[in-house]
Amino acid sequence: MAQRRTSTAAKDAATAAPTKAAPATATSANRGDKAGATARTASRRTASRRVSADAGGGANGVISAVPVLKTYKLYIGGKFPRSESGRTYPVRGSSGEFLANAAQASRKDARDAVVAARKAFGGWSGATAYNRGQVIYRIAEMLQGRRAQFVELLMTAEGYGAKAAAAAVDASIDRLVHYAGWTDKLAQVFGSSNPVAGPFFSFSTPEPTGVVAAFAPQDDSLLGLVSVIAPIITSGNAAVVVTSEARPLPAVTLAEVLATSDLPGGVVNILTGSAAELGTHLATHADINALDLTGVDGQLRIALARDAAGTVKRVYTPHGTPDFTKTSGTARLRAFLETKTVWHPTGAISLAGGSSY
Amino acid sequence: MGSPAPVALGDATSARAPATSAASVAVPPRPALPPHLAGVVADESALRRFLYGLPGVDPVGVESRAASLATRSIKKGSKLAALDLAISMVDLTTLEGADTPGKVKSLCAKARRPDPDDPSTPQVAAVCVYPDRVSIAAAELAGTGIGVASVATAFPSGRSSLSIKLADTRLAIESGATEVDMVIDRGAFLAGEYGHVFDEIAAIKAECGETRLKVILETGELATYDNVRRASWLAMLAGADFIKTSTGKVSPAATLPVIHVMLQAVRDWRTATGRQVAVKPAGGIRSAKDAIRFLVAVHEVAGPEWLDPFYFRFGASSLLNDLIMQRRKQLSGHYWGPDYVTVA
Repeated sequence: MAQRRTSTAAKDAATAAPTKAAPATATSANRGDKAGATARTASRRTASRRVSADAGGGANGVISAVPVLKTYKLYIGGKFPRSESGRTYPVRGSSGEFLANAAQASRKDARDAVVAARKAFGGWSGATAYNRGQVIYRIAEMLQGRRAQFVELLMTAEGYGAKAAAAAVDASIDRLVHYAGWTDKLAQVFGSSNPVAGPFFSFSTPEPTGVVAAFAPQDDSLLGLVSVIAPIITSGNAAVVVTSEARPLPAVTLAEVLATSDLPGGVVNILTGSAAELGTHLATHADINALDLTGVDGQLRIALARDAAGTVKRVYTPHGTPDFTKTSGTARLRAFLETKTVWHPTGAISLAGGSSY
Repeated sequence: MGSPAPVALGDATSARAPATSAASVAVPPRPALPPHLAGVVADESALRRFLYGLPGVDPVGVESRAASLATRSIKKGSKLAALDLAISMVDLTTLEGADTPGKVKSLCAKARRPDPDDPSTPQVAAVCVYPDRVSIAAAELAGTGIGVASVATAFPSGRSSLSIKLADTRLAIESGATEVDMVIDRGAFLAGEYGHVFDEIAAIKAECGETRLKVILETGELATYDNVRRASWLAMLAGADFIKTSTGKVSPAATLPVIHVMLQAVRDWRTATGRQVAVKPAGGIRSAKDAIRFLVAVHEVAGPEWLDPFYFRFGASSLLNDLIMQRRKQLSGHYWGPDYVTVA
């Protein structure tokens, strides 16, 4: 990690406690000439970033760590591209301070995301339920591994207290584990064998709807997001998710979790930007099969539902304001399932005399 | 690569079937080459001298020019016109071992009416099939003005005797093909046996008569741009009506830099002889965006005279669906998916 060290703050050296972002090597550089020299050699590439180098040795060197600023990008097809439009917009913290620039997705980014989702859908929906469960559980594992990072992110980005932030991250992990368990139970719970008046064995099985465009909640940027994404992918759908416009950072960091957790690229695509701008293009797109309008309301929600009617999409809108801290029901799971019913001939009952088996 | 033994090359006015041909071929006269080119096909060494005398291609230059032209943005009305033009230039192709009569028929139905929801969509230029499927396609397309192109000459490898290649060509033409797509003998070309390649093209052209002959260079196997330029000139000297990049069975197939080199060749050929030879990229062109990039290259390198289905074609199968979806996007304002386009 690149460090910027200055000699001007020498008097703070003795008391300077390593900040969170300062790696151990950098702090140890202060403890002696030798260590300092080693550290300097190692970080020669970053020399130009120093305000002024230590003149003599590391003993006087002092660290004030400047963290590497993160570039927040989109997540499309398993990759992290910038917006095709080149646009970004500033993201501010709960008290109005500047946090970062986020990519502002355009119509063409949405188009690319749909292409990626469609491409991924075949493999993901064809994977065994067991395998999908393993992958979603793996997402939970990876999220657990980054728990501290998400807690801090929620505190700065959303103004959560430490307790509330930790609770939100833990609830998100729980939510993923919950849905990981659902993958191989969908068929039993939502499928059936149907009693029919004829010589047929009739049974119904749930199948994924296809590519789902989801608008994540505007205010609940992690738990809400996870609660929207997880039920969509659990049943084998692929998702194109438009994040909260004002609080997109947890979503982009979640994308890093998804990218490192065996989830095939394109199954979840994350676009940061304006739901109002992207909404119409997604709602009218003929290669999208369903909409989740959780994150939009009012006139926009009505307009998008109307646009979706042109290509007969499934549209899911929650009743009232969803409380994601509560145990999730099955409404979101059921919203993106299609029922396939098979009538299989069992042979003529009359010929078999009622005892064909 | 042997010594340049004097090979009997068909010359400009009295092309004759090579000695290896069992069949005696009635040869229609080809348009005479201008005097300054007539000598280059006199014998193999003259041909080799001429081909090696062609200026070398600057690969960095041609690639950067192709890349810079590919950034050109075509919008709105121009884009719609380009999409319509591209649809009318498609040689809708199926070249699989598993081509059933039904598949050829459904492809022909698609060629007649690419977008059943919108009758204003233009028809494609031709349907391209194997020789034994030509009769089915010809019956389906009779009276529509859509051509029937047939690959021939031991497609795709071209590894067979000349008599078999001629018989292959005859089968296609007798079954009703209006265009023949032949492959050159890349093995001979790479070994430097230019006379052999020339004779073969000339013999097939003689067999074709008035039927238009597309000569597939298979640029993916020619290794260098210089070879692509030489093969283009060789094909045109031997009487090609079309030069075509690829069979579609070898990767890389049609790339923009390769098409640049071929377009330069047909442009220079017209300057030298007054004859306009057509170009057909085939293989690997799947999106409407790619197709429009090719059209830009045609306009900028060869000239607007080539922006016509008679002089430029796309050999493709899945490209047509994307062209139709993009055309609908232009007309309706929203994106379309494969669910709404007919399969073929």
